[in-house]
Amino acid sequence: MNLVPSYNTLIVLAGTSLLGAGAGLAGCFAMLRRQALLGDALAHAGLPGLCLAFWLWGERSLPVLLLGALVSGIAGIMAIAAIGRFTRVKQDAAIGIVLSTFFGAGMVLSRMIQNRVSSGSRAGLDSYNLGKTAGMISTDVYLIGGIALVALIMIVALYKEFKLVSFDPAFARVQGWPATALDLLLTLLVAIMVVIGLPAVGVVLMAAMLILPAAAARFWTDRLGVMLVLSALIGAGIGGLGTLASAQFSLSPAGPVIVLVGTAAFTVSLLIAPRRGVVARVLAETAYHRRLDEQKVLAGLREAEGDEPLAVELPPWRFAATAGRGARRRRAALQRLMVQGFVRPILGGGFSLLPSGQQRADLVERGRKLWVALLLRYPELAHGYAELDAETIDDLLPAKIVAELEADMASAAPEWSP
Amino acid sequence: MTPPASAPVLDIHDMTVAYHRKPVLWDIDLTLDAPSLVGIIGPNGAGKSTLIKAVLGLVPLATGDVRVFGKPVERQRLAIGYVPQRESVDWDFPASVLDVVLMGTYGQLGFLRRPGRRERQWALACLEHVGLADLAQRQIGQLSGGQQQRTFLARALAQRAQIYLMDEPMAGVDAATERVVFDLLRELRADGKTVLVVHHDLRTVPEYFERVVMLNMRLVATGPVETTFTAENLHKTYGGRLPILEAAGEALRRQERSE
Repeated sequence: MNLVPSYNTLIVLAGTSLLGAGAGLAGCFAMLRRQALLGDALAHAGLPGLCLAFWLWGERSLPVLLLGALVSGIAGIMAIAAIGRFTRVKQDAAIGIVLSTFFGAGMVLSRMIQNRVSSGSRAGLDSYNLGKTAGMISTDVYLIGGIALVALIMIVALYKEFKLVSFDPAFARVQGWPATALDLLLTLLVAIMVVIGLPAVGVVLMAAMLILPAAAARFWTDRLGVMLVLSALIGAGIGGLGTLASAQFSLSPAGPVIVLVGTAAFTVSLLIAPRRGVVARVLAETAYHRRLDEQKVLAGLREAEGDEPLAVELPPWRFAATAGRGARRRRAALQRLMVQGFVRPILGGGFSLLPSGQQRADLVERGRKLWVALLLRYPELAHGYAELDAETIDDLLPAKIVAELEADMASAAPEWSP
Repeated sequence: MTPPASAPVLDIHDMTVAYHRKPVLWDIDLTLDAPSLVGIIGPNGAGKSTLIKAVLGLVPLATGDVRVFGKPVERQRLAIGYVPQRESVDWDFPASVLDVVLMGTYGQLGFLRRPGRRERQWALACLEHVGLADLAQRQIGQLSGGQQQRTFLARALAQRAQIYLMDEPMAGVDAATERVVFDLLRELRADGKTVLVVHHDLRTVPEYFERVVMLNMRLVATGPVETTFTAENLHKTYGGRLPILEAAGEALRRQERSE
């Protein structure tokens, strides 16, 4: 194992990382504007242009080939737009038609070229299907870096305009923004990013480079600015890691490895991201149900004991004997409450609240009453406080509103006092 | 910024809008000489939303022109506020409530300038106005429908416009939000603004609006609510659709009682 990367590997590493960062930035807007598939169509539609440029230009000159790919990629997008506009074919069908037609044309062209030219450059065009990172040279890296930098500057300068036109293009137009031009600029940004990625990742997998970092980043934040930064970092990370892994394990080309690393980043985000992640959601759900069960048990015990501070025996059937899932969950809740020192069992059956349990039960009771008062006074606010919990209502509601609700409760139910 | 008193607030002349060769609005002539609260009513498919979208330049006119304070709409962008239908955007977009309201200030800022402290405070004041100041930092997807509607209203307020066009701001919202919208309309009117509202609830028309625009692909009638919102005009607008006319009849009776 060669742990010190060679100069060549460093070049490729820089190239794929910069490509990942740029694709991550452009991909955020592509995804938010629901144009993720457009990136895929673009990449596939770029192939015939690339082949034509190869044919006309003769030898391999990256900027010329990429320009050819850009032109035919944009022609592909325009074909999709035209089909959508002038026929009743829906956009997904139009994307499918254009994508495969252009790709097919590109494949035929590349075969025709390969049959004509000498065997020496035969591999040249095939490498665009899955990419050939190893062929990257320093001028390629300057090109990728330059374009990633231009994308960054554009997004920083036009952040507010891009955000507005991505969220609500009609409103942008009402305010007098050149929404169509901004929209085209964003699409062009995506197109250029996709095209410069073709040599490294290839036609087939480029869409993944665009979408995976953005989709992964979205899990971690609810702010566009943060999402852009994260997406660029994730893109750079998967580009770099994928390249290293492919070099380390002699898996060439690196494109598929990079995409798999991207999939791993996406999967990890999907699973463990706070709040939006699957694990966090399941945990929050479980914790919520557990709390709810505990609150029900505490309330039940409190009711059974009434205002008597002394322990009152609880009929055992209440929690123990009833069958079914509900009863099992209540028994589990009861056990947790005993472990936590809120409840103790009484000799001869039944359970009783300990002082700390009494306190918590009071809190639950008060929370529930506040909740009801909130619903009565501000029915429309309820949704906004969706994560309110009977025990945390005091912390989450503004103090002003709590005072108001307490006044309401005092007038409505004079017998109740905290 | 204050427009000349002589030019009408809104002047729609000979407007026709067509989608795919199917006309949606025909020969609309409509002039609002003075600030007013205007309800736009008509059956489904009558072109109510299309009317305000055409005024805003969001759909192309087949014929005709629109002037706001005597000038074409493109030159009055800062004078026009817009509340689109709530369903027109993706509420899972990564933005906070404050972010969305700040978008209302973008028009005044122009290219390259970022919203600063002044815009922030103004946006917060607008949020306060619709009762959402507490939720400024929330992600917009966590709001209820009524709260999302109010976020859009706050964004329109942040535009500091002279004329507001609102597309069904009271559709599917809770009573509290409807109240907020209603109060807001009154305040805007008191400030000398003009508000055009696409409205679907005929019962509340006399209570909410000073003028009505009754629309069914063509302009059926327009004028002050007292003289225009009549059984005859309603019949012309809605045809013989009974439930709607019953609701309208109730509104008319109420209107008569209050006179």
